Amino acid sequence: MSKRVYITGIGIVCAIGNNVHETLQSLLTEKSGIGEITLFPTIHKGVIPLAEVKLSNKQLQTELGFHGAKNFTRTALLGMKAAREAVESASITDIKSSKTGLVSATTVGGMDRSENFYSCFLKNPKKGRLVDVINHDCSDSTERIAGFLKIKDFVTTISTACSSSVNALMFGSSLIKAGQLDRVIVGGNDAVTRFTLNGFNTLMILDKTGCHPFDENRAGLTLGEGAAFLVLESEDIVAREKKRVLAEVSGYGNANDAYHQTASSPEGKGAYLAMAKAIEMSGLNPADIDYINGHGTGTENNDLSEGIAMERIFGNFVPPFSSTKGYTGHALGAAGAIEAVISVLAIQNRVIFPNLNFSTPMKELKIRPVTVLRTHCEINHVLSNSFGFGGNNSAVILSKV
Amino acid sequence: MNNIQIYINGLGNVSPQKTIDAKHFLDEPLSYETNRLKSIDPGYKEFIPVELIRRMGRIIKMSVTASKICLEDAGRVHTDGTLLPPEAIITGTGLGCLEDTEKFLASMINNKEEFLTPTSFIQSTHNTVAGQIALLLKCHGYNFTFVHRGFSFESALLDALIQLRMGEFSNLLVGGSDEITSNSFAIMDRMGHWKQKPIQSLTLLYDSQRGTIAGEGASFFFLQNVKNERTRAEIKGLSTLLHPSSISEITEKCLEFLTSNSLTPGDIGLVIPGLNGDPRFDRVYHDFIADIFPRTPIACFKHLCGEYHTATAFALWMATMILNKQSVPLVIRWKSEVSFPLNNILIYNHYRNMEHSFILVARA
Repeated sequence: MSKRVYITGIGIVCAIGNNVHETLQSLLTEKSGIGEITLFPTIHKGVIPLAEVKLSNKQLQTELGFHGAKNFTRTALLGMKAAREAVESASITDIKSSKTGLVSATTVGGMDRSENFYSCFLKNPKKGRLVDVINHDCSDSTERIAGFLKIKDFVTTISTACSSSVNALMFGSSLIKAGQLDRVIVGGNDAVTRFTLNGFNTLMILDKTGCHPFDENRAGLTLGEGAAFLVLESEDIVAREKKRVLAEVSGYGNANDAYHQTASSPEGKGAYLAMAKAIEMSGLNPADIDYINGHGTGTENNDLSEGIAMERIFGNFVPPFSSTKGYTGHALGAAGAIEAVISVLAIQNRVIFPNLNFSTPMKELKIRPVTVLRTHCEINHVLSNSFGFGGNNSAVILSKV
Repeated sequence: MNNIQIYINGLGNVSPQKTIDAKHFLDEPLSYETNRLKSIDPGYKEFIPVELIRRMGRIIKMSVTASKICLEDAGRVHTDGTLLPPEAIITGTGLGCLEDTEKFLASMINNKEEFLTPTSFIQSTHNTVAGQIALLLKCHGYNFTFVHRGFSFESALLDALIQLRMGEFSNLLVGGSDEITSNSFAIMDRMGHWKQKPIQSLTLLYDSQRGTIAGEGASFFFLQNVKNERTRAEIKGLSTLLHPSSISEITEKCLEFLTSNSLTPGDIGLVIPGLNGDPRFDRVYHDFIADIFPRTPIACFKHLCGEYHTATAFALWMATMILNKQSVPLVIRWKSEVSFPLNNILIYNHYRNMEHSFILVARA
């Protein structure tokens, strides 16, 4: 049993950086990762932008030290890269020294390869290379990471659409608090695929000019990809090994909007409940929150209901907030973990990252996001939101220690 | 934390057997000549608004129905007949909403990314099941979905036990579900998962061909931290083991799990292994049983529901019913006579020798 859960390592690969250092530099220099589609052939190339990770599968594979064909999905490659960086950053030399688990998250798993399999399979059910579909299910990338990092004591995978990896962080924290494990690597990974690109396109929520979160003239989200992992450790390990603590997981909450399969309720009920639960668990007052990293996808529906929920919780004193999806795009199952890492970076570097592509405040809201980099900020508590299909709403509070 | 007892106070099970009415307990087992078992349509119209049925994939229909039966079984019914939502919903699924995923994938490929409609994409996400249950019950609580092959239901159950024991909730709904489609059956067939010829499903465990039979189902449980007149059994806990390298690693893990529950193998009155008729994988169960449960009575379940990632949810339904009724239906008996009162049942399962799990259930 551990009352407190600490973050002792972080790792990331996303559209604006292949590691934590590069990601931070891009955030500080307002460098967006949104650009033209290069990863796969699609009729949307040149029309809809994406926030791709700037590494090919081959480059990822080489960097991870795999030679020859290993049949990895892009999702798994991204996951292994970010998880390895997290474990290294936590200075873990022997993963077996403490009871360690892995809780990962993804929305489409190995779909990047399944969709290739399927085009052959549909023509002839005897065709299509099985190695392209055998890694389809969501647990594949998790077990690949576990094997790669020799994590054995517990593994599982969460898939709750766009809130998946914040939920992984929550479940990992629960496992430590319950005394099931002493250390849990938590996070998520998702590669961008034609499946998701076309799926979101049918909903007509992809902004052809790149996303404009919290802006009156926002026209939808920009899909991204990547992976991010955080090392969570118990009080015991931190005390015994005198570990460097990056932040503490001080509160979290998950609630269901129970309004519609994809749309958020106009009053943001689920979002409100998730934030309220997280604040309650942390024992803080709303006024103690110094920065909110919003879900802020740039869709008409999300940003409005999230904004309304923030105004309901914080009244006239909504803390500085921004969405960093103008940098990273919306990396679905990895988004929550990417933003948790960005939140840790905000605490460590005492900065608030700006909300890119904002010009006009939303007419329904009194609040507006931070649009210029703020430095030398005293950031003790960051609230990070992640909301998904199925009414799945999550919020987590990370605190300076 | 472990001294808080958790009870199974309601259950609902949609499967290839007649399991929706808890008054009957496998007294009329069905045998099919097939290598792919399908769940029986329980008459969805009784449970789901007709306008929604049309749009829902089978896994959603099975799960919504099983969860409603479960809540009714737990007595969670208002005087006006509506259901009282649980405080949380936690589900596990290996492959999620396959039918919708395939539908969207096929239309994307066939129509070359043009003229697509969103419904099947929207419903393809793995948490559609838990989301739809929440939507229909107006449940605003915690809503989680685990998707990890043979750990999918186990992870959901572990989360449920942790949340209840830590006092986050006093009750919740937990379940496991999977659907098999013609395409997923065909793909796994090419991977060598299934028997090459149809067999009488009830004879599965005696069949010597390679492969098993595909299955599906949705089994839901209402868990509470109090015992009441609806209580059917007590759920003690579970343990998981990834990719063990030897039988002794499995037996060690099992003994460690029993010890943590202050039990020894001699305290287990019945073991339910996940034998699935595939000699390549059943060997593990036989060695395990010979190692620590050589004289313990054994009952089996996959000849009734087939093999799928969340089949242990069916096994938990069966174990709960056995403990509640204090009887073991003929169709599941495999070895030795059970002596009553029967106090503890151990479920041991592995999915293709990758994800191994133990679930312990006790008489309440």
